[in-house]
Amino acid sequence: MLELKQVVKKVGAETHIYSANLTLEPGSFNILLGTTLAGKTTLMQLMAGLEKPTSGEIWFNGENVTGMAVQKRNVSMVYQQFINYPNMTVFENIASPLRVSRISEDLVKKRVGDMAELMKISAMLDRHPSELSGGQQQRTAMARAMVKDSDLILLDEPLANLDFKLREELRDELPRIFNERNCIVGYATTEPTEALLFGGRTAALHEGHVVDFGPTGEIYRHPSSLLSAQVFSEPPINTAQVTKSGDRIILNEKVSWKADKALPDGKYTIGIRAHHVLPKKENKDAVAIDGTVQVAELSGSESMIHFDAYGESWVSLSHGVHPFESGQEATLYADVSRSFYFDQSGKMMNLKAGGA
Amino acid sequence: MKRASWLIPTIYIIFLMLPIYWLVSMSFKTTNEILGSFTLWPQNFTLDNYRVIFTDPSWYMGYVNSIIYVCINTVLSVSVALPAAYAFSRYRFLGDKHLFFWLLTNRMAPAAVFALPFFQLYSAIGIFDTHLAVALAHTLFNIPLAVWILEGFMSGVPKQLDETAYVDGYSFPAFFIKIFIPTIAAGIGVAAFFCFMFSWVELLLAKTLTAVAAKPIAATMTKTASSSGYELGLLAAAGTLTIIPGAIVIYFVRNYIAKGFALGRV
Repeated sequence: MLELKQVVKKVGAETHIYSANLTLEPGSFNILLGTTLAGKTTLMQLMAGLEKPTSGEIWFNGENVTGMAVQKRNVSMVYQQFINYPNMTVFENIASPLRVSRISEDLVKKRVGDMAELMKISAMLDRHPSELSGGQQQRTAMARAMVKDSDLILLDEPLANLDFKLREELRDELPRIFNERNCIVGYATTEPTEALLFGGRTAALHEGHVVDFGPTGEIYRHPSSLLSAQVFSEPPINTAQVTKSGDRIILNEKVSWKADKALPDGKYTIGIRAHHVLPKKENKDAVAIDGTVQVAELSGSESMIHFDAYGESWVSLSHGVHPFESGQEATLYADVSRSFYFDQSGKMMNLKAGGA
Repeated sequence: MKRASWLIPTIYIIFLMLPIYWLVSMSFKTTNEILGSFTLWPQNFTLDNYRVIFTDPSWYMGYVNSIIYVCINTVLSVSVALPAAYAFSRYRFLGDKHLFFWLLTNRMAPAAVFALPFFQLYSAIGIFDTHLAVALAHTLFNIPLAVWILEGFMSGVPKQLDETAYVDGYSFPAFFIKIFIPTIAAGIGVAAFFCFMFSWVELLLAKTLTAVAAKPIAATMTKTASSSGYELGLLAAAGTLTIIPGAIVIYFVRNYIAKGFALGRV
């Protein structure tokens, strides 16, 4: 079990991590979700012991490891860039963590062989990393990370530099590979879809703050705050200011809908994910939003429509092809029953409805 | 136009090679032939000039001395520059950029400026006329150069490589020797080459700081006047032999140098 207790990381005058509290359970798959510069890499370096926290403590299995050198901790790391030792063959690369711990040559051969088979690079063992494709290089890096029985494996956007096909391939394999191990996995990604695909637990990061942490599905369906919902939405979640008054929620003089009784009167920010704003009325509770189309991006199976309505920009994501032209007046339907309500401090209001 | 496209490179190469050819051809002539007539190639082909150099210790020891201090200097410069360049490429510290620039400014002063202080200092501590004296004096120019070149190569290696090695359990020295140095081998080759060349061609300090025991070849060459006048054939042979070590070193590091140019630091 890895515990971060009020860990703060400052570099010069800049704060990279603001008081992070995280507990990673053994055998768990933990996703660090956030945009670039959200602090994912810094957090991983702190976990690995490559960086020392400015204040706070890091505990591992009941032991304070805050100042412990990285060599003494049993961790592995995989980076976004394909990092391998260029002067060594693939075999030597994978074997290098074992060499340091002086294991017998036979055992090294066996472990490297098994790992190469698991990562499907058995045929490449005699080559140098520069003679491999990007996907194979990353497989080598992963094999090296997993060949010793690390307590903690950290993967920093390992698939981000791969092309689409290879990414899909490895994405499917990863959960299977890690399921068999009883180590803590940390996985940083910028893509909410990737987080949902892997499941496990997710920590949502925003500008150095851990804004949410819990089981991935839970965080997605019930983000604790507006920031958490924003981190965990791609395309960005639609937000608007509304007022609850009596039994109505009022967006403006034209648009209002029936309110949940549990919600006290006052001003709120609503969040509706893009796939709940559709070009057709598919739900009886959906509210019509009149706006002007800015851009309509049509891919083969999905339409993403950016439009302006009531001084806000909105995004709609729907299945199928819905041709719209820029500048066109359009009415889209927001399924407000699926919206989140956040109070003025950004905290999620706990209502029975809402979600996903 | 198309037919003449070989012409310009050919003329260019002839211009480049002419002085070298002239030197080599002179080295096979007798001094009388050199002074007496204009000949495109040796009329009385002779190896006497070379024979003199390879049999007379006052000649061939010049080469030995030069090679000794050049090698000491190259090893010293590169091994001192390696950790320094690593620090500049990996760490931010107070005044790092200024220090880096200041290192380079050492190269801007002419060698003559340092000849007197070095001469006085080395005489005082008793290392005047030793190979070490010249090697140490040349590090003044070569270490900044080596740091500059190596820093460029090291900055091209992602910091994550260091971190991966630490995570894998390598200590810093183990990582540096087993992984980092092989990774920047090209940079070390280029840095060593430039150190070698600067030290090899530098004459003023080498001449000032030596008398007999460590006298470099270039200094020996300035003393070819004899009773029969200047021995030009001998001088040409010595010159030809002086080109060879540089040519050999260039041959070995030519690919690395191309890489160094591509990285923009050479």
